[in-house]
Amino acid sequence: MRTVTVVGASLAGLYAARELRAQGFDGRLVIVGEESHRPYDRPPLSKDFLLGKAGEDQLALSDVDETLELGAEWMFGVRARGLDARGRTVLLEGGRTVSTDGVVIATGASARRLPGPALTGVHTLRTLDDARSLRAELLRGPRRVVVIGGGFIGAETASSCAALGHSVTVVEAAPLPLLPQLGPEMAAVCAGLHARGGVELVTGVGVAALRGDSAVHGVELADGRVLPADVVVVGIGAVPNTGWLAGSTLALHDGVLCDDGCVTALPQVVAVGDVARVGGARAEHWTSATAQPRVAVRNLLAGHAVETVRPMPYFWSDQYGSRIQFAGRRKDGDQVRVVEGAVEDGSFLALYERAGVTTAALAVDRPRPFTRVRRELARGEARPVVRSVAEPVAL
Amino acid sequence: MIPVCRLEDLPEGGSVRIDTAPPIAVFHADGELYAIDDTCTHQDASLSEGWLEGCLVECPLHEASFDLRTGRPTCLPARRPVRTHRVTVEDGVVHVHPAAEEGTAA
Repeated sequence: MRTVTVVGASLAGLYAARELRAQGFDGRLVIVGEESHRPYDRPPLSKDFLLGKAGEDQLALSDVDETLELGAEWMFGVRARGLDARGRTVLLEGGRTVSTDGVVIATGASARRLPGPALTGVHTLRTLDDARSLRAELLRGPRRVVVIGGGFIGAETASSCAALGHSVTVVEAAPLPLLPQLGPEMAAVCAGLHARGGVELVTGVGVAALRGDSAVHGVELADGRVLPADVVVVGIGAVPNTGWLAGSTLALHDGVLCDDGCVTALPQVVAVGDVARVGGARAEHWTSATAQPRVAVRNLLAGHAVETVRPMPYFWSDQYGSRIQFAGRRKDGDQVRVVEGAVEDGSFLALYERAGVTTAALAVDRPRPFTRVRRELARGEARPVVRSVAEPVAL
Repeated sequence: MIPVCRLEDLPEGGSVRIDTAPPIAVFHADGELYAIDDTCTHQDASLSEGWLEGCLVECPLHEASFDLRTGRPTCLPARRPVRTHRVTVEDGVVHVHPAAEEGTAA
């Protein structure tokens, strides 16, 4: 393989580039990034960056030394427009093309938007430019902020906005935020954090429309209520960036379809990160984006899938001064037990169990015992922890 | 020189965080005492709450790993070292000698 093109210059794309060099690829390495920025880390955008505690230099995922070591041809601010049927040519906007022997698809996902005309004051929070624009608006004095969506991005953004002194309401269409991720008991616990931060949480009602002519001034709910708003943050998920692959031979369905080794139907094309649907599932976790490239690159260089990837799902969130960490594969019906600390104290470790086996763990401000369980889960050894305080959570 | 705790209060495998600026973490690992800056150089997380394995501590947030002897990261996502600090035990009390700013004097 003489040329490999990585399409996407964010976390997964950079990790893929590193893996290519680490695994001995010494040919031409082309990295195409749609954004005009060098690779940066997204998790701080809704937290320390929005709060002004971390500047853009602290978001950088790479430095000058590494950039030189990688010896790649970087193209920033360039959108990929297509991949030919054999996966041998990447088409770029403006009509340029890159002839290539291998392709790593790492185009990520884009924030889902609400239908309707664009109004001033309405934001998403996915990219550095999004975060810059929201931060600039939040610095202009006290605002009434409505966050649509109570998932991690929504909750973290609400937490940051409240910490900056704004009046904040979170609207969640489901009966509780984070229900699919955490299950009802622990979703209720995390929903309680909003009140602690002085943020109003409105659940079980969807958004009918945004009110405003050019600038937004309210959010109309499905039950007719109108929440006044100067700033609206839309945090309703992300859509994988596969549009540019229309017309290629790759199968697309909520992501680029890959086998368990991140390999598409074309053996010289692999996909990693938020855009990849690996072995039937797409994960938008930071840890997936950093774990998949090693295996994807190995398979790419081998010419077929010689290794599979199935890292233990792990995600974390910082909100209202609490650090939430979750690992494992929870299913509806799993029983939840708090095995260390107490929910009322705001610091605890809870285990999800099914038929006497630990399936997942959730911790709030309990990093050390959480790490122990996460490691056990990853090794497939997790067993229930028997402790005197272990009682099912009653809420 | 900053007193940290009595030696018997820092058993093998234990760690203590002291509230200096920046905070320092003291570890009793692999039969030795080590002190490093407590904050992971990748993102805000306390290494005193990390996972110890021999002379390595793993960040509790993103699994970056640091060598307690040198402060150097042994794997991504951390790329920059943490500072190391000298540790002594006097009259049964653990003391940290914070290194001057910059560098990783042992």
